[in-house]
Amino acid sequence: MMARGALLDVHAIETAYGLSRVLFGVSIEVHPGECVCLLGRNGVGKTTTMRSIMGLTPPHAGRVLWRGRDITGWPAYRVARAGLGFVPEDRRIFADLTVWENLDVASRAARGGGSKQFSIERVFDLFPKLRELTGRNGGFLSGGEQQMLTIARTLMGNPELLLLDEPSEGLAPIVVDHLGEQIARLKRDGLTILLAEQNVEFSLALADRVYVLEKGALRFSGPASALRDNEALRHELLAL
Amino acid sequence: MLRVLNFAHGTFYMLGAYTTYQFVQWVGGGPGLFWLAALGGALAVAALGGLVERLLFRHLYGKEELYQLLFTYALVLILSDAAKMLWGTQQKSVSRPPELSGAFTLFGATIPSYNLLIILLGPAIALGFWLTLQRTRVGRFIRAAALDRETLGALGVDVDALYTWIFMLASFLGGLGGALISPMRAITPGMDTEIIVEAFVVVVIGGLGSFWGTFFGALIYGQVLSFGILFFPRFSIFAVFALMAAVLMVRPWGLLGRPLQ
Repeated sequence: MMARGALLDVHAIETAYGLSRVLFGVSIEVHPGECVCLLGRNGVGKTTTMRSIMGLTPPHAGRVLWRGRDITGWPAYRVARAGLGFVPEDRRIFADLTVWENLDVASRAARGGGSKQFSIERVFDLFPKLRELTGRNGGFLSGGEQQMLTIARTLMGNPELLLLDEPSEGLAPIVVDHLGEQIARLKRDGLTILLAEQNVEFSLALADRVYVLEKGALRFSGPASALRDNEALRHELLAL
Repeated sequence: MLRVLNFAHGTFYMLGAYTTYQFVQWVGGGPGLFWLAALGGALAVAALGGLVERLLFRHLYGKEELYQLLFTYALVLILSDAAKMLWGTQQKSVSRPPELSGAFTLFGATIPSYNLLIILLGPAIALGFWLTLQRTRVGRFIRAAALDRETLGALGVDVDALYTWIFMLASFLGGLGGALISPMRAITPGMDTEIIVEAFVVVVIGGLGSFWGTFFGALIYGQVLSFGILFFPRFSIFAVFALMAAVLMVRPWGLLGRPLQ
């Protein structure tokens, strides 16, 4: 089923790490302006799906289409330049670089320009805490600060689609709430988001549509409201 | 810095000296021409370094250090034989550039002007390189790539191309070292292993991967060797290795290095 106008169309990808297969034909669509959430427990293939899209762990079967163009097997830097921004689960801050330097190495003008470009100033407006930490080394930030920095860093590349891999992981509840507000704000500003999460409450508050992954395959796909309103279904799909 | 161990770096140094010799043969030794020859030599070595990285070395990133060691050692053997085929086993020499052929006297010792230039150029290049790493965008890319290649790539930086440029720059500096030393010593087929052993001692003392550690390691090495020659001529070489052994026992990661995680 190939819908017209999908920004990202992941078609039946299969991905393996060496001999261990992780994804068994996962298909996902993301439309412009949407926030789509990939839900599932630990180890079901959420991160692998993200990495496959990004070209970090290329799928051995299936296709990834970006604006209708086949980008399967592209190196990650080309995928990034095409307009996809990846925020990795483990944050991957450059520990010996300052906050400012972390942002600078990631800055890249959007294709075709545009007035709503991200700059270090604009990113600081979004995450005011980072402004106070400009000169501090990334390795000396708290978990919440690092999470802000890793999102800010990816925004510096002016992506059209933001791939957020478990941003709430390991953060205190109050920090998670704050993060949710920032992501909602990005969405309001027109950014398209694909969010991988285990935190059901957090992601259902943000998502328009939901995919549920189980053992490397899709178990459910539908509007977020279907899960929000139906506790039995939520329980069946996601209860630990 | 990039966690790459390149034993062929000494060979690049030797080739820098030979290519400079070759260019001097072609253009002659008139005023200003030595510098042109030295630059040409270093650039030729940089081009060779880029080729080696593109075609061969890049397959070794992320593999065990042992592979890099074996591979670069093979490169040492191949390139030094190639140099013997091209320039023979007889030693070659390059005369000092005419504008710096004079000498001056300091505390009763006569020092050629050219040596003074080399003494000044060392710290200048080190400082310039350090400032490039710390204050320029390219430097920030290099430091980020050394920390996490994959993440930098996912942020849209073509890390493969970046590595080729870094490798070329490193080869250029190695070649430049050989080019600049060529008027001060005989150019011989063995100068590659000679310098790499010295360089190895220097980085072990200073700390592998530490920029200023290498710089101070070199100064310490030079002082220990010189005073060793002055006071115990028979044991001067022994003294530097003893120093290295002592450093390894007390601080295995070198004076300014960091312990491995």
